[in-house]
Amino acid sequence: MLVYLIRRLGQSLLAVTAMAFLVFLGVYAIGNPVDILVSPDATQAEIQATVQRLGLDKPLWDQFLVFVGNVFHGDLGTSFVYGRPALDIVLERLPATMELALVALFISVAVGVPLGVYAGLKPDSIGGRSVMAGSILGFSLPNFWQGMILILFFAVFLGWLPAGGRGETVNVLGIPVSFLTLDGLKHLLLPALNLALFKMSLVIRLTRANTREVALQDYVKFARAKGISHRRVVFVHILKNIMIPVVTILGLELGSMVAFAIVTETVFAWPGMGKLLIDSINLLDRPVIVAYLMLTVFIIVGINLVVDILYSALDPRVRLSEVKG
Amino acid sequence: MTALLDVRDLKTHFFTRDGIAKAVDGVTFSVERGEILGLVGESGSGKSVTGFSLLGLVDPPGKVVSGEIVFDGADLVAGGEEAIRGLRGKRIAMIFQDPMMTLNPVLKIETQMVETVLAHADVSRTEALTRCREALLRVGISAPDERLASYPHQFSGGMRQRVAIAIALLHEPDLIIADEPTTALDVTIQAQILAEVQKLCAETGTALIWITHDLAVVSGLADRLAVMYAGRIVEEGPTSEIIANPLHPYTRGLIESVPHGKPHRSLLQQIKGMAPSLLNLPEGCSFRPRCPRADDACRRAQTLGTPLPGRHVRCVHPYIEG
Amino acid sequence: MTIVADSVEQPVHPKRVAQDSPVRRFARAFIEDRLAVAGLAIFLLIALLAILAPWITPQNPYDLAQLDIMDGGLAPGEASFSGMTYWLGTDPQGRDMLSAIVYGLRISLVVATVSLLCAIAIGIVAGMTAAYFGGRIDSIIMRIVDLQLSFPAILIALILLALLGRGVDKVILALIIVQWAYYARTVRASAIVEIRKDYMDAARCLALSHRRIMFRHLLPNCVPPLIVVGTVQIAQAIALEATLSFLGVGVPITEPSLGLLIANGYDYLLSGRYWVSVFPGIALVVTIVAINLMGDRMRDVLNPRLQK
Repeated sequence: MLVYLIRRLGQSLLAVTAMAFLVFLGVYAIGNPVDILVSPDATQAEIQATVQRLGLDKPLWDQFLVFVGNVFHGDLGTSFVYGRPALDIVLERLPATMELALVALFISVAVGVPLGVYAGLKPDSIGGRSVMAGSILGFSLPNFWQGMILILFFAVFLGWLPAGGRGETVNVLGIPVSFLTLDGLKHLLLPALNLALFKMSLVIRLTRANTREVALQDYVKFARAKGISHRRVVFVHILKNIMIPVVTILGLELGSMVAFAIVTETVFAWPGMGKLLIDSINLLDRPVIVAYLMLTVFIIVGINLVVDILYSALDPRVRLSEVKG
Repeated sequence: MTALLDVRDLKTHFFTRDGIAKAVDGVTFSVERGEILGLVGESGSGKSVTGFSLLGLVDPPGKVVSGEIVFDGADLVAGGEEAIRGLRGKRIAMIFQDPMMTLNPVLKIETQMVETVLAHADVSRTEALTRCREALLRVGISAPDERLASYPHQFSGGMRQRVAIAIALLHEPDLIIADEPTTALDVTIQAQILAEVQKLCAETGTALIWITHDLAVVSGLADRLAVMYAGRIVEEGPTSEIIANPLHPYTRGLIESVPHGKPHRSLLQQIKGMAPSLLNLPEGCSFRPRCPRADDACRRAQTLGTPLPGRHVRCVHPYIEG
Repeated sequence: MTIVADSVEQPVHPKRVAQDSPVRRFARAFIEDRLAVAGLAIFLLIALLAILAPWITPQNPYDLAQLDIMDGGLAPGEASFSGMTYWLGTDPQGRDMLSAIVYGLRISLVVATVSLLCAIAIGIVAGMTAAYFGGRIDSIIMRIVDLQLSFPAILIALILLALLGRGVDKVILALIIVQWAYYARTVRASAIVEIRKDYMDAARCLALSHRRIMFRHLLPNCVPPLIVVGTVQIAQAIALEATLSFLGVGVPITEPSLGLLIANGYDYLLSGRYWVSVFPGIALVVTIVAINLMGDRMRDVLNPRLQK
């Protein structure tokens, strides 16, 4: 297990380093880093200071090491727009994005798994086919378009829910959250649903495919032969087996939800990291872009690592083989 | 006294995209209380599907289309899912072919056994656990407490099959359907399991349907044999008589292809050709294309005849001596 | 090998051989599904519209001389002062939405198709190189593929476009970089299955050149899964391009794709001028659904696991 942990940790470090190198190359090698990292209206002295601080007069390889060193110290430059450290600005927006992603993940599982099991048990029924058709739509239609339709229907046509913004928040452990106030919940519902729809299709497809496969296994037949109720066969014997791959994939998808939140946040004007990224791209606030990218890469790689370790803890078969190995 | 199980003209068909596969096509047999019936046939002969049909466990696109399964006086086909579910695991139990696949890999043995007890008996969890321990001890598993807390993958194949047998015995059923339970095991384990099952059935008076392709295994075990070919029973009768004097050419072919008791280096006989596709059976006798005795009479539909007392055979040219 | 078998069988069963031609068998199985045929028909129609755009649209939406601000914001079906009826309405600049959508389709399809073809080409080369040479080359290529696929496509595309800036060529480049890894993995998977078969040893023993073995023997076996992945991916590429353009980092304003048209109309959505945004949205959705209907059927037909 320890060997596995160390190997897995090494892989994650490699991934972060590789992405850091790419971001570094993009910022330092493609354009003139002075243009990218120094505000356009900086004075000559400020430019000189930055060149020295970042070691831009040194060879590329040294520069990369300096860049990595700065990253480890949490120094990703100063925002041109806000005049504060870029990482701080991104981190301030992190709770809003994480709340959105987690609520969306919850919705996609809470709705997707039951629908997927149903479609898997009755693949040829009208209900099962409708669920699948719906999931194809959810999967293939662009997320921003689904968001627009949600706004058009629930905010413009019915007028039930607000079309954008975050609403009222309360602080829990110093972190602002929306889901504890009615106004916050109202604001949260549509964006979370929008972000959930895309993953829900994935959950449905995955659950359905696994249900169909597991339902044909001998152990399910044997469970039925034992005379236990249909409900117990489905909820214990089938569900427990399909939850392992579903949980694994979903954990991995949490990272991509953070990335996909860019779209949802833009559509619903949700003040998270994603909206910040798009705003920063439009304002050419490059230190914030770099900070966002590095943080997101770090989050995604970290989630992948945690999920892998959890997975090996969840599945008794994996657990044993790893102990043996 | 009527038979425990009476199967009449059972038909189970699979509705596939390429046509209807008549996996079981008019099977009739019966099992007395405490009797061991060997159901013998090649793979694809419909013997496993027959077993699953008895418990209503045929998966789509398969379906029992007609016939009667009368168990202790009640017709399970007419009674539908509800009638069968109450019996499953309680009065009719089943043991599957591959012990590696029959136990749920993510549930503890304890969970899988206790749920079986609780499905049919209104007892406390402690009482259920006691029964599970007893059942494990009965099939020769020592240290049952430790075993109950384990997951299936921590067991060997033989051990898993013992657990499956223990589960089947939990409610002391009237009938156990064993679908090739020893095929996937080592020969030595095979013999142990065989002896065990035989002993347990004798003790509890449980009837047994032993489904197998291996005539050698079943000949020492079964009271009677039913030989299946392409969805039909082609010969049926007492084991000793069939082994000594097979009437159907297919049965004879099966017996001659068993290597036991032959002079060293004598050539083994084999049945020519391959089992026919169930989608496209030859008219008349299905065995006709492979049969050494076939002639034009075999093209007509065959019925089960009784050429000797107690012996049934579906053949117009049975091997009748003298 | 197959040539020998064919020449023996042909005189005996000429009909059967003709039926068994893979392309025909595929076509026959494909048309069994009416939805897939409908998808194909719609897609062909859309493609035709996009190709013929300059000749069939009522106006060139980007020729400012043809636009009249007086016609701005007309609802669908309304006629302008000059007597021209705008079936899908106009945007606030007086641009005919129907023309804009057809031109937008054209850009969306061009971006998706060009990036698809380039990504497939790169994927084939990378995937087959990995499968054929194995060992270290294989593990290096596949590491890169795995690394890339562990990050969401949209994130990678955004990184690239944030650095490169807007532009049709830049979007195409970003889509190629995002997509090649899928094809590389697909090609490698099917090539490896093929390489393990005996005839590959025979081909190597005959000392055929690497290139000949790879392209004449390996490649044909990778085609069915490539078609399946390609159909799914082209829909994804269209959606991704639309998303990027919607976010304002994709195509420039001078060459609006469907995504950018939707984004432009988004501001008017809340004020009731839904058509500026909704009609391009419908065009986008119809295109994607049509492709997916075909793709689903192709996957069923070409998937060896589902074949009996």
